[in-house]
Amino acid sequence: MISRTERLLTYGILALFTVISLTPVVGILSSAFGKRSSLESGFSLPDGLNWGNFSEAWTRGHFGTYMTNSVLVAVAVVAVTTVLAVLAAYGLGAMRFPGSDLLFYLFVLGLTLPQEAVLVPLYFDLRYWELTDTYWALILPQTAQSLAFGVFWMRTYFRNSSRAVVEAARIDGASSWTVLWRVLLPMGRPALSTMVVIVFMWTWNEFLMALVMVSDEAHRTVPLGLAFFQGQHSSDTALLAAASVLIALPVVIVYIALQRRFIEGMLTGSTKE
Amino acid sequence: MLYVLPALVLYTLFLLIPLGQTVWLSFLDWDGLTVATWAGLDNYRELFTDPALRAPFVHALVLLLFYAALPVAIGLLLAAALSRFRVRGMTFFRTVLFLPQVLAMVVVGVAWRSILAPDGLLNDVLHAVGAGGLARSWLGDYTWALPAVGIVGTWVETGLCLVLFLAGAQRIPRELYEAARMDGAGAVREFFTVTLPGLRGEVAVALTLTIVAGLRNFDLIYITTSGGPGNATSVPAFEVYRRAFEVNEVGAAAAMGVGLTVMIFVLTVVVARLVEGRKS
Repeated sequence: MISRTERLLTYGILALFTVISLTPVVGILSSAFGKRSSLESGFSLPDGLNWGNFSEAWTRGHFGTYMTNSVLVAVAVVAVTTVLAVLAAYGLGAMRFPGSDLLFYLFVLGLTLPQEAVLVPLYFDLRYWELTDTYWALILPQTAQSLAFGVFWMRTYFRNSSRAVVEAARIDGASSWTVLWRVLLPMGRPALSTMVVIVFMWTWNEFLMALVMVSDEAHRTVPLGLAFFQGQHSSDTALLAAASVLIALPVVIVYIALQRRFIEGMLTGSTKE
Repeated sequence: MLYVLPALVLYTLFLLIPLGQTVWLSFLDWDGLTVATWAGLDNYRELFTDPALRAPFVHALVLLLFYAALPVAIGLLLAAALSRFRVRGMTFFRTVLFLPQVLAMVVVGVAWRSILAPDGLLNDVLHAVGAGGLARSWLGDYTWALPAVGIVGTWVETGLCLVLFLAGAQRIPRELYEAARMDGAGAVREFFTVTLPGLRGEVAVALTLTIVAGLRNFDLIYITTSGGPGNATSVPAFEVYRRAFEVNEVGAAAAMGVGLTVMIFVLTVVVARLVEGRKS
């Protein structure tokens, strides 16, 4: 039914878009392994594998410190978001009480709300509480933002979970607390892990909030580190590229391992019902 | 209710209250240091009358062409071509095409700066194909900086649209295609009578996602152009940051933030309406 030419053409188009998609990524990778001293600000082809760029970026660019900060913030945001979102979504999804719909929509509001809408007062509030330049200033606002997605995502799971299982457990005398921890959560591990990786990615890649909340170097996260690094060494393409690879790697590894769940979660999660 | 409370407290403290405060600040004339004075609607009036404050919104609309319209159009065309038969290696293509969504915008910015630099990949290619006359400093050019940033947006969002549309196209019943072909429909009519109507929901989702992403765009501007040259690539998100933290016009920044939020809200509602309207 479909001609050979059309098949070939289709694969050709796909290949073209694959190349376009990968060019900047491959460019960064190849520059990261490239020679240091090249004056070019464009990509360079490596003359071997210069692993030195990575260690150089790690030490001279202080990426060791930034990585530690990023890991700390990401773990905290993911952990707090997960616990709070599960509890809230369970309350909103599996139970009915007056105003539960209103509360849910309040959380959904946060999905399309741009950071810029809260950024300015958040800075002054946190400064008033003397929390700027602390990990709290990075963790608390980002947790609040992640909750919008977390509550939305987990509520959908609780809504769709089997009534029969819940009722059976209740008849066996399980409290609502036991139902959540013993029945629903073990069953909902796929939904939960999707949420965890997406919140992790958003936190890891977050830039604007970190830029505003943190001015001292000791609390910088990796995207921030890269921005400042670029400001100082904009002509040092190899180091800049090596630093970029270091930042992107954790998320890319998680993405490739879990791509199906990842894509699904990002597509459904960031839109309203 | 007890289950919801901890999340609600955090969410209220760090999102809902600041949202209210932004609205409050937008009515003030405040430099962030001295006592604020009531400005009424002055900040909003300036959003419409001051060219320096209006320009970012115009730039944002131009960028939406690149961030939303172009990726959706390319995605639709590709999906139409790809949905006509079972493509092998789809998982691979999907993984690669979606990859830009996963990378930190800061990293995307650094990568594309290298491509668009005066001695970067794009100009190298132009020289190689004998079009060296077109080569320029893409991000430093008053006319070309905005489209250049836009192209980066297209690169980021096209894969997202494509992945969405391909998933949607697989849900369209095969019989519809067969029926269309029986009626003698060619590829073009097949697209307009079967594929496009079948993808209506996905198009709405794609438009919403890309519009929101395009308007929230801060990282990329900060890394590639910092709003320059001049203010040729300043966007509302960047201007909120600049006004509030660099030139100490907190009230104006807040008004800009409110304006941006309203813009996102209106556009997403319009998209939803358009899609529902056609359904009935």
